[in-house]
Amino acid sequence: MNLQTYRANLIRFQSLIALFILCLALSILSDKFLTVSNAWNVMRQISVNICISTGMTLIVLTAGIDLSVGSVLALCGAITAGLLKNGIEIPSGNLYIGFTLLGSVLAGILTGSFLGAFNGWTITKFKVPPFVATLAMLTIARGLTMLWTQGFPISGLGDTFLYFGTGWLLGIPVPVWISGIIVLIAVLITNKTRLGRYIYAIGGNESASKLSGIDVNRVKIIVYTIAGALAAVGGLLVTSRLDSAQPNAGMSYELDSIAAVVIGGTSLSGGRGSILGTVQGAIIIGVLNNGLILLNVSPFWQQVVKGLVILLAVIIDKANSKND
Amino acid sequence: MLVVEKITKRFPGVLALENVSMTLQAGKVTALIGENGAGKSTVMKVLSGIYQDYEGRIIFKDQIVRFSSPKDAQEQGIAIIHQELNLIPYLSITENIFLGRELITQYGTLDKKKMKARTQELLDKLKLSVKPDDLVAKLKVGQQQVVEIAKSLLTDSEVIIMDEPTSAITETEVEVLFGIIDDLRKQNKAIVYVSHKLDELFRIADNYVVLRDGKSIESGEMKGITQDMLIQKMVGRSIQVQRKPESVSQQENLITVKRLFLKHPVRIKEDLLKNISFSVQKGEIVGIFGLMGAGRTELLETIFGLHPFASKSEIHIENSRIIINSPSDAIKAGLALVPEDRKKDGLVLGMDVKTNICLTTLADLEKGGFLSNLKESLLSKKYIEELKIKTSSSDQKAKNLSGGNQQKIVLAKWLATKPKLLLLDEPTRGIDIHAKSEIYKLILNLADTGLGIVFVSSELPEILAVSDRILVMAEGAITAEFSSKEATEDAILKAAIPKSVYENQL
Repeated sequence: MNLQTYRANLIRFQSLIALFILCLALSILSDKFLTVSNAWNVMRQISVNICISTGMTLIVLTAGIDLSVGSVLALCGAITAGLLKNGIEIPSGNLYIGFTLLGSVLAGILTGSFLGAFNGWTITKFKVPPFVATLAMLTIARGLTMLWTQGFPISGLGDTFLYFGTGWLLGIPVPVWISGIIVLIAVLITNKTRLGRYIYAIGGNESASKLSGIDVNRVKIIVYTIAGALAAVGGLLVTSRLDSAQPNAGMSYELDSIAAVVIGGTSLSGGRGSILGTVQGAIIIGVLNNGLILLNVSPFWQQVVKGLVILLAVIIDKANSKND
Repeated sequence: MLVVEKITKRFPGVLALENVSMTLQAGKVTALIGENGAGKSTVMKVLSGIYQDYEGRIIFKDQIVRFSSPKDAQEQGIAIIHQELNLIPYLSITENIFLGRELITQYGTLDKKKMKARTQELLDKLKLSVKPDDLVAKLKVGQQQVVEIAKSLLTDSEVIIMDEPTSAITETEVEVLFGIIDDLRKQNKAIVYVSHKLDELFRIADNYVVLRDGKSIESGEMKGITQDMLIQKMVGRSIQVQRKPESVSQQENLITVKRLFLKHPVRIKEDLLKNISFSVQKGEIVGIFGLMGAGRTELLETIFGLHPFASKSEIHIENSRIIINSPSDAIKAGLALVPEDRKKDGLVLGMDVKTNICLTTLADLEKGGFLSNLKESLLSKKYIEELKIKTSSSDQKAKNLSGGNQQKIVLAKWLATKPKLLLLDEPTRGIDIHAKSEIYKLILNLADTGLGIVFVSSELPEILAVSDRILVMAEGAITAEFSSKEATEDAILKAAIPKSVYENQL
């Protein structure tokens, strides 16, 4: 025994171990890393990626992918910000509709859900490969963001709104609360509900799932809708933290998100992986980003390092699943 | 020609082969037989260079050899034809045959002319009337099998290993294959023939080697040995052949299918299934026989709601009209489908036994909106015991089980839905004799409890043994119906052979 059990445990906790070593190294190399304020800072930054990546994990578990999360995030943030600040004005009709805080936030999340559902619809109804369908949505949503904002940031959104991104509750940053609750719900869904089981089954073998009476299309649409909604929550957090909706917000966030999913051990071919793995993946990327900045590594090198870490994670994962 | 001496192959925690020895002679067909998991495929993988780390030695043409890769084995004259065809559908026959060993002109470009000519030679030799430029995707399965053989002949292999070559082809194609094997034998090749179909082995093999639990149990000449003796050697105990007791007791109508049509997926104007009507009584086993492409699988799929937009039919279950537009409708109506390809359509291989068994009935396994681990465990435990599924635990992944046990998982997940009618599509394909007889027994028991069963198979003996009534399909239509008393192999086969395409079958 226990070499085997020992090994199995090592594999199970490999990303945690990697994270621990990473933190240890950074705290030796930089005296600014291991401080309370830096820790909260990192957590706050990560929470956006965790929101997005939770949805992404569900999609990847069904053997799909969502490239549109970054643009959807930007559009939803902009819609919330725009409605909150300006409402809707229709000059010809001499009509003005004002939005409350809650109303604008809900409108943003509804927009995200709708775009996600649209992704799911094209993927299931017209059999468009997820890669292509969401790539199309990536540019559609970005274009809509530009149209909505006319290319200018929407800033000055009021102190109450800033609470989402910068506030504290019981000594913990609000975005960490939000992403934490989302993760909790997603863990429950994946481990304890029929929907979760169906997600894994579809990723593991779609045709066997279909024959087992699972409504594969419905599950997929639900999953893409959830991912869209979570991207919108991410947009809310980003907009609130900056007190501004940037038209080019969320650029290449899909890549960080996919990286978190993959580093967390979820297989891109579906059926294998977990939400908690993704959380670990997101933390590793966040700590890495933060550490490289603290160490004054050039941003160009940061990208190279991040890419290498992703490669390494997948190679280790492959080696492990071979021995499985 | 080739001697295998005391080969032992270990996997982590498993002894796959233990002191296996065998001798292959030139100009002879050696049958390699054994139940699933007996070590046949491991032997083949050692011989063809896929596994390099084994104990013992292989002596090939009086020299000790140790192949470093499949390519190495191939170059030295050992070819293997795998059970799953390893052809690339959208390349031509020529391109497939020369894949990885293309002929090059002096300018470094592909010598297409020469390759095409060589391919034509091979095709002629194998009496396959297709063109070298034809895409493999357009060939019938049987023809693809012959292309695989052509591939192995290209390198002038001296040892040819065939793994279940007839598992996907029709009787006529089998005849052609046996003709080819006969020719190869005359050319002094050593042939290893692996098959579950014992009657085939008696027709084609000269020698046999029996493997059991990773050991070579016995070898000898086929002459003078009987099927029962072989079975006994394989399983280490004798099995009685099952027979269904005479006729069904109840005459209660379970399902009636009327005027079922299915459009052809490619040629929209044609019908793939033409005006099919039949019924099944409670407790009755209806066997459906047909050759490859007769439409048996499509018939089951259509009834099960997999082609709602391309089909029309009228289905009555227990005398009320039922509309089935999806598998979940079918399940609600009391149908269950055990698909032909259990790995592709039956199981989620990466999931454990328990999860697979519970997949069809999750709605019943909830407690307060969440899945109940206890209920799942109880359900899976029940079926593991009832169906005698051999697994180390219910948490074992489905892919680690043998074919027979995998098939039992598929049966379990469908029995869990408490079906009224069980549609079985080739339920014993690729599983060993022992597991087969267990599955026959199970089917008979289920019918005795009042379940209606539709049993699709391309193996005549099992259809004859199990069915109360036999329907024969050819070219998308039912061409004959026999009661179990009046059915004979000849009559069934005659009805199964398509009239229109008989000439260009191969």
